[in-house]
Amino acid sequence: MKAVYFAWVRERIGKADEEIAPPGEVRTVGELVGWLAAQGEGYAYAFENPKLIRVALDRVHARPDAPIAGAREAAFFPPMTGG
Amino acid sequence: MADITVRVQTQAFDAAAEIARLTAGRADIGALVTFTGLCRDEGGRLAALELEHYPGMAEEEISRVAQEAARRWPIFAATAIHRTGKIAPGEPIVFVATTSAHRAAAFAAAEFLMDFLKTRAPFWKKEHARDGSAGDWVEAKDADDAALERWR
Repeated sequence: MKAVYFAWVRERIGKADEEIAPPGEVRTVGELVGWLAAQGEGYAYAFENPKLIRVALDRVHARPDAPIAGAREAAFFPPMTGG
Repeated sequence: MADITVRVQTQAFDAAAEIARLTAGRADIGALVTFTGLCRDEGGRLAALELEHYPGMAEEEISRVAQEAARRWPIFAATAIHRTGKIAPGEPIVFVATTSAHRAAAFAAAEFLMDFLKTRAPFWKKEHARDGSAGDWVEAKDADDAALERWR
């Protein structure tokens, strides 16, 4: 699946997007955030406070308990501050 | 079906042209409400705000909110335009317009659209300070979340 990062999540990880291949036991959005947090220093920093991470699957907001099966794009970003 | 227009763009928008497009040749509109959000300088501290967005989702999410507004209130149209990139204090960032037969629906739909746009549309603001110091990302406000409660 493709992962895309925005705002300070992007800055902390150091890239805007990448292909990721989480193992089969990673089934939900929350588990995916936990798995990403273990992928290196920048990831650990970006995901140090999971409560501040918002996730969208295929461009639709997804809750931590949402299943990731079938999603082609997962986006990770801080709480939104538009308007 | 309400006429919903959503755009994300770097260039400035022309509010008068947007209003003209909504009202031209119509005699059934009794109320037009517009809102324009501007970049503040935060007491002289800011040189600019830089707006990042999630292309595709930003437009889709604003459209979803506009469609929900059209389900809740009898509006003829809703327009939402959001700018991205670097924006100087005093410049407009966001524009929302709603039309309806009567003012109550137009006011409510415009406010609903702005409240949900702020917390659900994937945009993020980064500050650029006048003293040239590295900018911080603007933090989401609890007040913006609280604003959503009254629509439940």
